[in-house]
Amino acid sequence: MSDNLKEIRTNIKRRQLINKIFAIIALLTIFVALIILLGLTLQLIIQGAPRLSVEFLTSFPSRKPEQAGILSAWVGTSLVMLVTALAAVPLGVAAGIYLEEYARKNWIADIIEINVTNLAGVPSIVYGLLALGLFVYQFKLGESIQTAGLTLALLILPIVIVTTREAIRAIPNSLREAAYALGATKWQTIWDHVLPSAFGTILTGIIVGLSRAIGETAPVITIGALTFIAFLPDSPFNAEFPFIPFTSNFPWINFEQLFAWLRAPFTLMPIQMFNWVSRPNPEFQLNAAAAGTVLLIMTLMMNGIAIYLRFLFRRGVKW
Amino acid sequence: MIKEQKITKPTTLSPKLVRDLREKIIEFVLFLAAFSAVATTVAIMYVLLAESVLFFQEVSPLEFLTSTKWTPLFAEKNYGILPLVSGTLVTSGVALLVAIPMGTITAMYLSEFAPSRLREIIKPCLELLAAIPTVVYGYFALLFVTPFLQKIIPGLPGFNMLGAGLVMGLMIIPFISSISEDAMRSVPVGLREGSYAMGATRLQTAWRVVFPSAISGISSAYILGASRAVGETMIVAIAAGLQPKLTWNPLDEAATITAYIVQVSLGDLPHHSIEYQTIFAAGLTLVLMTLVLNIIGHFLAKRYREIY
Repeated sequence: MSDNLKEIRTNIKRRQLINKIFAIIALLTIFVALIILLGLTLQLIIQGAPRLSVEFLTSFPSRKPEQAGILSAWVGTSLVMLVTALAAVPLGVAAGIYLEEYARKNWIADIIEINVTNLAGVPSIVYGLLALGLFVYQFKLGESIQTAGLTLALLILPIVIVTTREAIRAIPNSLREAAYALGATKWQTIWDHVLPSAFGTILTGIIVGLSRAIGETAPVITIGALTFIAFLPDSPFNAEFPFIPFTSNFPWINFEQLFAWLRAPFTLMPIQMFNWVSRPNPEFQLNAAAAGTVLLIMTLMMNGIAIYLRFLFRRGVKW
Repeated sequence: MIKEQKITKPTTLSPKLVRDLREKIIEFVLFLAAFSAVATTVAIMYVLLAESVLFFQEVSPLEFLTSTKWTPLFAEKNYGILPLVSGTLVTSGVALLVAIPMGTITAMYLSEFAPSRLREIIKPCLELLAAIPTVVYGYFALLFVTPFLQKIIPGLPGFNMLGAGLVMGLMIIPFISSISEDAMRSVPVGLREGSYAMGATRLQTAWRVVFPSAISGISSAYILGASRAVGETMIVAIAAGLQPKLTWNPLDEAATITAYIVQVSLGDLPHHSIEYQTIFAAGLTLVLMTLVLNIIGHFLAKRYREIY
């Protein structure tokens, strides 16, 4: 009997030991992945750091690596992100509202839903082919900031739609019923009560989507973005007061000048980096590291903000 | 009082009608926004098919599927997609060999072992892994990982599928771990408690009870990860080389479907040329590959949701 007991005890000890070993190995696996990444990132920053300076941010790309900078790249990225946000946010939020608040359970709603899930899985470069065939050659929008902005907007649309839906779904029905009880229409309920309450989560989704768009390279290369741009788009504003380009006759504002930047050729941070990475001259690869560092800081900052916001709103609201 | 005032107001349209009309219009506008998702899918298929049809008028589908050479940019033109497919499969295979074990172990640890505070720290860190731009990963693969591999494997070329695949695997870990973790966490606690009551350890419960119960969700995570790897572009375009080559050796350099599209886009091709059409035919192949994977993945994920 006692022999049997001993056997069971050693068996339990052995199994618990294996259990502990697995826990340690698993934790190590996670840390190895994170540490490899951290090491690679640090190496990138160390290589790029000597190049990082005010001149690097305020110079155009150049054939001489030590004089080259990323001015046109970060200006291009900011403008394209502006177009992307202006297109993706209204469209995505509206689609999310429709699917969550209006859609009846029928085949149309099912088809839309299947499409959203499916679009999230389409490789990003395919959006580039879509933009090349449709925006550049059918709609004649050119290889311009507006084409790039719209392409990236389509790319992040599923992210915005899905987060909007999740945010709206999390709003309890009692809030809607209270609004209906006071005589609000469906839209008034959504606009005045549901959306403001869901705002935080939706904002998080938008930031995550934009941080994805900022690093996307492939679709923008496909539409034929030039990689050597040594100029900025024309400013929509005049240098002197009153800045906005007024004209003497109808419609009194020179819209052509105001929106000329939409049609300007451009380069982006990731494209500039790709251009420099693929050159054999190691001096240029230092530039690539510096551009990568700036890009990484931009993306990580946006993701950091998103994570913080999520944390904040999750803490703040208790239904 | 207020009601009476409203009624006496001289209006051409009754307020209720205006209100209802406005509601209808808003609903329609919102519907159009939602329908843009369908429009996008249709547009993608239209663009790819329209250009591919032109391509297949010049090149027989048989040659496209069976020829072992892909040289549309050379004088002697061959249009066999197989070399690009082999490059895509090898890089994805290497990536999955890294990402599936590491992603599964990570998910299992986070779901079954980790105290909740540790999980709250690790999960955002893993999300950051997915947030890094792929062009930066490409830089890692070409300039840090490949030189390191060259020290271990002498004679490794500067462009190779191994380095690109390894880094891509690192990138995919969070996709696989987060979906697998969700699947494992939605296994009912009762199953675990039953296992613990029989004297099983956490590890035994995780492997023999939770993992099999969540298997369809986990396999859907693997398949969606594979679809991600197949469609990944910048890492392979930077680090795996741009030579289409029918090879199954990860130490070789070879172009993937996505890398070929990038290579062509970097040049300046005339709109209606056959070279221009090749990228759409290649894109169509890519979309079909990922579509099959995505459909299987969603089917598996749905099936597992219905069990509990």
